[in-house]
Amino acid sequence: MTLMVTMTLNGESVSAEVEGRTLLVQLIRDHFRLTGTHVGCDTSQCGACVVHMNGQSVKSCTVLAVQADGAQVSTIESLAENGELHPMQQAFKDNHGLQCGFCTPGMVMSALDLVANNPDPSEAEIRDWLEGNLCRCTGYHNIVKSIAAGAQAMRS
Amino acid sequence: MDTGIGAAVTRKEDFRFLTGQGNYTDDIARPGQAHAVFVRSVVAHANLRAVNTEAASAMPGVVAVFTGDDLQGVGGVPCGFAPDGGPMNEPPRPVLAQGKVRFVGDMVAMVIAETAEQARDAAEAVDVDYDELPAVVSMEAAQAEGAPTIHDLDDNSCFSWGIGDAEATDAAFAKADHVTTLELVNNRKCPNAIEPRAAIGEYDPAHDSYTLYTTSQNPHVIRLLMGAFVLGIPEHKLRVVSPDVGGGFGSKIPHYPEEIAVTWAGKQVGRPVKWTAERTESFLSDTHGRDHITRVELACTSDGEFLGLRVHTQANMGAYLSTFGPLIPTYLYGTLLAGVYTTPAIRCEVDGVFTNTAPVDAERGAGRPEATFLLERVVETAARELGIDPVELRRRNFIASDAFPYQTPVIVQYDSGNYEQVLDRAAELADYAGFAQRREEAKSRGRLRGLGFAGYIEACGMAPSNIAGVIGARAGLFEAAQVRVHPTGSVSVYTGSHSHGQGHETTFAQVVSDRLGIPFENVDVVHGDTDQIPFGMGTYGSRSLAVGGSAICKALDKIIAKGKKIAAHALEAGESDIDFESGEFRVRGTDKSVGFGDIALSAYVPHNYPLEELEPGLDEGAFYDPTNFTFPAGCHICEVEVDPETGTTQIVNWNAVDDFGKIVNPMIVDGQVHGGIAHGVGQAMLENCAYDEDSGQLLSGSLTDYCIPRADDLPSFHIETTETPCPHNPLGVKGCGEAGAIAAPAALINAITDAIGVAHVDMPATPEKVWAALQSAQGE
Amino acid sequence: MYEFNYRRASSVFDAVSSSDQSGDASYLAGGMTLIPVLKFRLAAPSDVIDLADLGELKGIRTENGAVAIGAMTTHAEVAGSAEVRQAIPALADLAESIGDPQVRNRGTIGGSIANADPAADYPAAVVGLGATVHTNSRTIGADDFFTAMFETALEPGELVTAVSFPVPDRAAYMKFPNPASRYAIVGVMVSQSGDGVRVAVTGAGGRVFRVAEMEQALAANFVPEAVAGISVSAEGLNEDLHASPEYRAHLVTVMARRAVAAAG
Repeated sequence: MTLMVTMTLNGESVSAEVEGRTLLVQLIRDHFRLTGTHVGCDTSQCGACVVHMNGQSVKSCTVLAVQADGAQVSTIESLAENGELHPMQQAFKDNHGLQCGFCTPGMVMSALDLVANNPDPSEAEIRDWLEGNLCRCTGYHNIVKSIAAGAQAMRS
Repeated sequence: MDTGIGAAVTRKEDFRFLTGQGNYTDDIARPGQAHAVFVRSVVAHANLRAVNTEAASAMPGVVAVFTGDDLQGVGGVPCGFAPDGGPMNEPPRPVLAQGKVRFVGDMVAMVIAETAEQARDAAEAVDVDYDELPAVVSMEAAQAEGAPTIHDLDDNSCFSWGIGDAEATDAAFAKADHVTTLELVNNRKCPNAIEPRAAIGEYDPAHDSYTLYTTSQNPHVIRLLMGAFVLGIPEHKLRVVSPDVGGGFGSKIPHYPEEIAVTWAGKQVGRPVKWTAERTESFLSDTHGRDHITRVELACTSDGEFLGLRVHTQANMGAYLSTFGPLIPTYLYGTLLAGVYTTPAIRCEVDGVFTNTAPVDAERGAGRPEATFLLERVVETAARELGIDPVELRRRNFIASDAFPYQTPVIVQYDSGNYEQVLDRAAELADYAGFAQRREEAKSRGRLRGLGFAGYIEACGMAPSNIAGVIGARAGLFEAAQVRVHPTGSVSVYTGSHSHGQGHETTFAQVVSDRLGIPFENVDVVHGDTDQIPFGMGTYGSRSLAVGGSAICKALDKIIAKGKKIAAHALEAGESDIDFESGEFRVRGTDKSVGFGDIALSAYVPHNYPLEELEPGLDEGAFYDPTNFTFPAGCHICEVEVDPETGTTQIVNWNAVDDFGKIVNPMIVDGQVHGGIAHGVGQAMLENCAYDEDSGQLLSGSLTDYCIPRADDLPSFHIETTETPCPHNPLGVKGCGEAGAIAAPAALINAITDAIGVAHVDMPATPEKVWAALQSAQGE
Repeated sequence: MYEFNYRRASSVFDAVSSSDQSGDASYLAGGMTLIPVLKFRLAAPSDVIDLADLGELKGIRTENGAVAIGAMTTHAEVAGSAEVRQAIPALADLAESIGDPQVRNRGTIGGSIANADPAADYPAAVVGLGATVHTNSRTIGADDFFTAMFETALEPGELVTAVSFPVPDRAAYMKFPNPASRYAIVGVMVSQSGDGVRVAVTGAGGRVFRVAEMEQALAANFVPEAVAGISVSAEGLNEDLHASPEYRAHLVTVMARRAVAAAG
C-alpha cells in the first residue's frame, strides 16, 4: 500500500509516495537525497537522525514518513544560508565540537531545540539534554562548550 | 591568523560536516544499485545441514541469493599477522559459511534485492537447517579438557607466545621482599563508531575493473588483501574508496567478509551492490576489542623498588582470526610492560584462544590499554600494600629523563621522555596535596571520594617495516605521500593516512603551509581513494602524523630541493646559495629572491627553465619508513565520588598531562585526548560486551543493553601537554589518538578502589559491582 | 519492518471501529515503542491506526482534585505543564525523567501505559498516585490496570483516552536508571493523600507493584527512616546485564527512602 505524503521540507513544499513502513529518515535520505541526516542505530538511542518536526526535535528513525504528512520538517541542510554557517554551526567549528562529523547534524539539531527551550543552558543542563545524542569521538567536552557558545551567540 | 605548526587552527573539514554535506558510504547512491542483506547465523556453533534459498529467491524484488556454495572458488578472509611468523593455528575464514557456523552473526547467505527492505523480507525466507553443536563461549570453556573444537584442530588454541627473560624474572622474584598479585579481566568492548559499516561493490565490464566503496580506515590495505589474497583482482583493476568515515576506533581496520561479498556480487548481478549494517548487526559482526584474562605479579623490595614483573594472559581471538587479531595481545601488549619504569626483568606469556564469539581485533589503543591497565593497577596495589604513597612509589621507579634512549627488557627502545615532570605537573593540576581534605568533605555528605593515578607509555608511529617483518607482520608499515604543486602555487597533498575524525585535512595542511610558506587555504589534503593516492598503509596506532606526516615532509623536502634548482636558474645563482624561507627562494647574502608561486609557475610554463638538467613540473612523492616507534607518555589522575548506598560512581575531576612530542594543532590534540578518555571511561565503568555462557548469544546486542558513555556520564577534562620532541621523525611528533583510552581505565579503577577501600573491582565497575564490593568489604 | 496498512483515525469512534474491523491492528500514539518494535520485526500488525489527529485525546485539565491527562499528551507536555508542576510536581519530574528530549517530544502517556513495559516510568505514577485510566468504554482503577509484563486490562481494540491522577498531599519519584537504555532499573513513586499512602515500584519486577509493608510503615509515620529497614524479596525480580534481583531489591529500599525524603 503506498500513500502520498506532503510536507514542508526545509521551507519547500514536497510530496512523495511512500509505503506505510517507510521511515521519515528514509524519505529524507533516500527519496529527497538530503543525506546530512544520518542513521547510527536501530533503537532510537544515538540521535544522528535528529531533525525538527513542527519546531521540535525528533528522531526521524522513529517517525513514520506518513506521520509527517502535513508537517514542517527541517534538517541540518536548512541552517546555513548563502554559505554562512548558523551561529550554532559556527560554534561547533570554533570549539572543535565535531571530529568524524557523523553525529554532528543530530547534535546541532538537538542543540537548537535545547536553546529554543532554554536560551542560556548551564553545563549540567546541556549534558542532561544530550541524553539522546551519542558521540564516540569527542568525549562531549567540546560539544558542551560548543553548545554553550552557540547559545550565547544566538542570544546576542 | 597563524595557521602554521603549533596553531589551534579550526578545521577545513568542518564546513561540509556541519552543513550535512559529508559524503559517507551510505550517502552514496550508485546508479542502478541493488541492496544486500546478510543472513547471519542465529546460533553460536552448528553444522549446516542445508541452506534453502528457493522461497527467498521467489520473493518480490529479489535479484539474487548466494550461499557459501556459490563462493567456493573465492579465497577466505586473510589474517595479516602471526606472532614471530608462527607457529600459529590459522584456520580458514570463508566469506559465507561453508558447512559450518562458528559464532552468532557468522554470515550464511547474501540476499540482494531492489530495496533494502525487500532484501530483509527475503532474508527471513532463507531457510537454514542448523545441526547445533555445543558452543565454547568463554576462554575457560574453550580450554577445558575435551572441549568441542571450533575448527579442524586438536584444540581451540591459536598460539602460545612469550616475551622477556623467564629465568631472569624468576630470579628477580626469588629475591623479592614483596610480591603483589592481581587477577584481572580486561573486558570485551564493542568499538561502536556511530557510523555503522557499509560497503558498495561495483563492476565495470567495459574496463574489467572493480570499485569498492567501504567504511575503512585503510583503503589500500583492503585493496591489497582483497585483491591479492581473496578475489585475485590485480591492483590496477581494483579501486577502493573510503570516503568520509564516521569514526573507526580500530573496528574499521580489518578486512571484512562483507567487503568481499559485495565486490564479488557486483559482478555476478551486473549492478552495484550496497550493504549498510544496522546497529544490531554491527554489534554481532564488527570486530570486538580487548577480552583478556590475566594474572600479574610484581616483585619488589620492601622499599618499593621493582625487581620483576610476571604476566600470564589468555587472549580471546573469537571464532576466526581478524586482520590484526594476533598482533594486538602480543607485540602491541607484551612490549609495553615496562611502562615508564625501570623494572629490570619482565616475562609475559600469552595464549591466544578461539571461542564461538565474534573475532577480536584492534580497539582504540589495541594492546596498550591492556598492558597499562595491568601495570598501573599492580603498581597502585603494590603502593597500598607497601604503605608507600603511589606518587612516591612511581617516582622511585621511573626511567630517568637522562636515561634515553632507554632499552627495556621487552625489546622496545624508548626514544625520549620525562616522566617525572609529567607526573609532577599532573599531581599539581589535580591538587593531590589537597585531596585528603576533599575526601573528608565528601564524607560529610555521605560520599566516598577516591583518587587514582595512571602513568602510561605507548608505542605509536607504527612501524619500522624491518621490525614489523621480524615480529610477524605480513606487510610493511611505511606511509606514502604525494605533494602536487599546481601551476599557480596551490597544493594538493595525497596521503595514505585516512582521516575519520582526526582532522588530517587540517593538520597536514598546516604542515605543508608552514613548510612551504604558502597560505593554509591554498592546500588541500586528499585521502581515501586508491586511484588518487599512490599508496598507503592507513590510519591506526596513532601513526598518522608521525608516519604519514613524515612522508609528506619528505615529499616537501623534494619539492623544496627542486624549487631551489629552478630558483637558482631564475636568479642566476648557484643552487647551494639558495635558501628557502617563508615562501621565498633567496640568494644568500643578497636581496634577490623569487616567490614559491613564481617557481611553481615556471615549473609548468618552463620558458626560462633549465630543461636540459631538470624535468618540468613540481610534483613529488615519498615513502617514509620510520626508524623506530614513537613513545608518547603521560599521567592521568581521576577523582571520583561513590554513593555507597547504590554503588554509583561519579567522576568529579579528570586531570591529565601528556607528552606527545611536538604538537601541530593543540585544539585537535585536546579533542583526541578527550575522546580517548571517554573510551577508557566507557571501558572501565559502562561498556561490557557479554555473551551468554551456554548459548553464545550476544546479550549486549543493542545500544539499549550496551552502554556507551553519554554526555552526563563524563565531566569536563583538565588536560595539558609537555613536550619532549621525538628525535627520529622530521616533525618531532609522537601521536595522541589513543592516549586517553590507554590511561583512563587504570586511573578510574584505581580511584574507585581507593574510594571504597577494596583491592580490586573488575571492569566495567558498574554500580552493582561497586555496591557488592562494598558489601563484602563491610562483611569482612 | 513488515508492511502494514496505515490510516489516521478521525475520531475515537473511528479509531476503535477501524480496529474492530481489522482484528489485527495496532494503535500508533507517539510511536516511541511501537516503531522500534516494528523495525525489529517483533510485531506484524495488518493495520496501524494513527491517533495523531485526535485532539480530544490531548491536553491537561485539573478538576475535582485530580489532574486529567489526555492519552495523546506527550511526556514533554506533562513535564512542561505549569498545571502539573503545581498540582503534582512528582508527576512532572517523572515525565521529565523519561527517555531523552526527542522521546519526550513524541512519546505519550497513553502509549506508555498501554504498552506496560515493566521498566517504564509511567506505570509507577499510575499505581503510585492511585490514578484512574479512562478508555473509550470504561474506567479502570490503577491497581487493576497492569496485569503482567507488557500486559494490561485493556481488551483488544480498547483505547486509553485519558489518565486522571488525584492530587496527593505529597509525592515524589526516585529513579535508578539503566545506564544504557535509561529506563528504570528501579523507580519508586511514593505518595500520601487522604486515601492513604502508596509505594509503587517499576523496573524491578515483571510489572509495577506496590509494597504494602512500606505503605503501612509510612501511614504510621511518613519519614524516610520508616522504610529504611524494609526490603522486598529478591525472588522473582528482574535480572539482566545491569542488575541482579538482589541488587534491585536493595535499590527498592534506597529509592523508596529517598522518595520519601524528597516528598518531604
